Amino acid sequence: MSDLSDLYQELILDHNRRPRNYGRPETPNRRSEGYNPLCGDHITLYLVVDGETIRDVRFEGTGCAVSKASASMMTEALKGKSLEDAEILFQSFHRLVTGCPELGGKGPALGKLSVFSGVSEFPMRVKCATLAWHTMRAALEGRPEAVSTE
Amino acid sequence: MHPPHRIPVFPPQEAAPHAAAFDVHEIRSHFPVLHQSVRGKPLVYLDNAATTHKPRAVIDAVSRFYERDNSNVHRGLHALSERATKSFEDARHKVQQFIGAAESCEIVFTRGTTEGINLVAQTYGRRHVGPGDEVLITTMEHHSNIVPWQLLCEENGATLRVVPISDSGELLLEEYERMLGPRTRLVALVHLSNALGTINPVRRMADAARAYGIPVLVDGAQAVAHFPVDVRDLGADFYAFSGHKMFGPTGIGVLYGRRALLEEMPPWQAGGDMISSVTFEKSSWNRLPYKFEAGTPNIAGAIGLGAAVDWLEGVDRDAAAAHEDDLTRYAMSAIGSIPGVRLIGTAREKSSVVSFVITGIHPHDVGSILDREGIAIRAGHHCTQPLMNRYDLPATTRVSPALYNTRDEIDAAVRALHKVIEIFR
Repeated sequence: MSDLSDLYQELILDHNRRPRNYGRPETPNRRSEGYNPLCGDHITLYLVVDGETIRDVRFEGTGCAVSKASASMMTEALKGKSLEDAEILFQSFHRLVTGCPELGGKGPALGKLSVFSGVSEFPMRVKCATLAWHTMRAALEGRPEAVSTE
Repeated sequence: MHPPHRIPVFPPQEAAPHAAAFDVHEIRSHFPVLHQSVRGKPLVYLDNAATTHKPRAVIDAVSRFYERDNSNVHRGLHALSERATKSFEDARHKVQQFIGAAESCEIVFTRGTTEGINLVAQTYGRRHVGPGDEVLITTMEHHSNIVPWQLLCEENGATLRVVPISDSGELLLEEYERMLGPRTRLVALVHLSNALGTINPVRRMADAARAYGIPVLVDGAQAVAHFPVDVRDLGADFYAFSGHKMFGPTGIGVLYGRRALLEEMPPWQAGGDMISSVTFEKSSWNRLPYKFEAGTPNIAGAIGLGAAVDWLEGVDRDAAAAHEDDLTRYAMSAIGSIPGVRLIGTAREKSSVVSFVITGIHPHDVGSILDREGIAIRAGHHCTQPLMNRYDLPATTRVSPALYNTRDEIDAAVRALHKVIEIFR
């Protein structure tokens, strides 16, 4: 069925099977937790931020394929990005998975993250795809307590 | 603390002898919602532990009330109010008969199971549970039979104690009996577990509690739809359930309480209908059950629940229970044989709930894929997070059949589960 394979694309399944940047960096200086009380999905996100630049980002936790792959691919996308670019990516990703048109303008492109466009056809799964992203934002804003996408 | 990895194999059985007498297709014809396509496939609804569908008789009773009798109860002098009051009180009487209560004043209408449990915690509980006392619950409780007691215990300096379970999902009764003591003020337990399907031996447990004079509250949310319940036979002092899980409307439920207990309990919510007289200095309370029914009740809901009781009593309930047991065993056998599947909840006494996990595949992904096949199931912690922790799982997938489901529908779910595994391979 085409719509199912829109959601479960090979790249997403691959990141689910072999999540990248899984674990904890030695000296994280930003940290936050994300939690979906209804699903039980849970993520801890660690960042190493140097001035305005994200040097390292890693995660730990449990969740469905969509939330795990989203966290894994987010960590790849954020490494080396500026804090400003991270926020732009957050906005673009959010628009992508909620089916809003792209804004255009300056800033980093979604690139491989576009694989999540199929999520917009599964409204119940938007929160899975955005959990890691909300957690990242909370970490950068210095809110270590658990955020929720419910 | 880990459950066995062995998958119990239930021999695929021929349909039970009752099944011939039980015409599931006739039963299905009463449920308009079942006859539809979802995402281009015939709807397969296997999420009955979350809520059940409504037979035509219930839908009609609710519309008829609004079309013909709509009025407030217990106060009007006019014909419509008289009719509304009669239908509302008739529904109470039907519920009384349905669960074997001694008197209809022991039937308190609530919004649902959760409200019933909260009512007991906030009235009986506040009055009787003090510092150093204990409330006893079990590992397999729904959050609605945990949190009200947790709040009460925190507020009053009491301790919440939890009866452990075996790996198969059965209560450890010897532990339970050891945990009962002079400080136990109440036992609260589920009749049929919404996450495991375990049917608890309520009568034996109530007998043990009675030896200490401890009242027992039973969460019957799942049980009432599946087999006949007699509260006196069970020895339940309180029995709470919801209309919507037994083919009735949402927003209506029942708290049964033994009259002697209800009489001495203080009122809960205050307002109209629950008083006998009010002055600015002092009010006095209405008689049972109105003392606990402040404000205009869910009249249409109660009437719909009465219609659901009538409808259920028109069904051969033993045959229906045998049909559900057959579906449960059939699903456990078929789903349990899928490679990588581990069944969660394999108690000897169980019904209507088949919970499982698939190695390496999260239940939410299972749920989304089944949904695309028109199959409605539940994935998550089922509002039983402490139970999930007991099994060291974040969530399970749950198939919960009702009397209108068929073996063909279980087969469709199994085919879709194979598809899930195919996608994730």
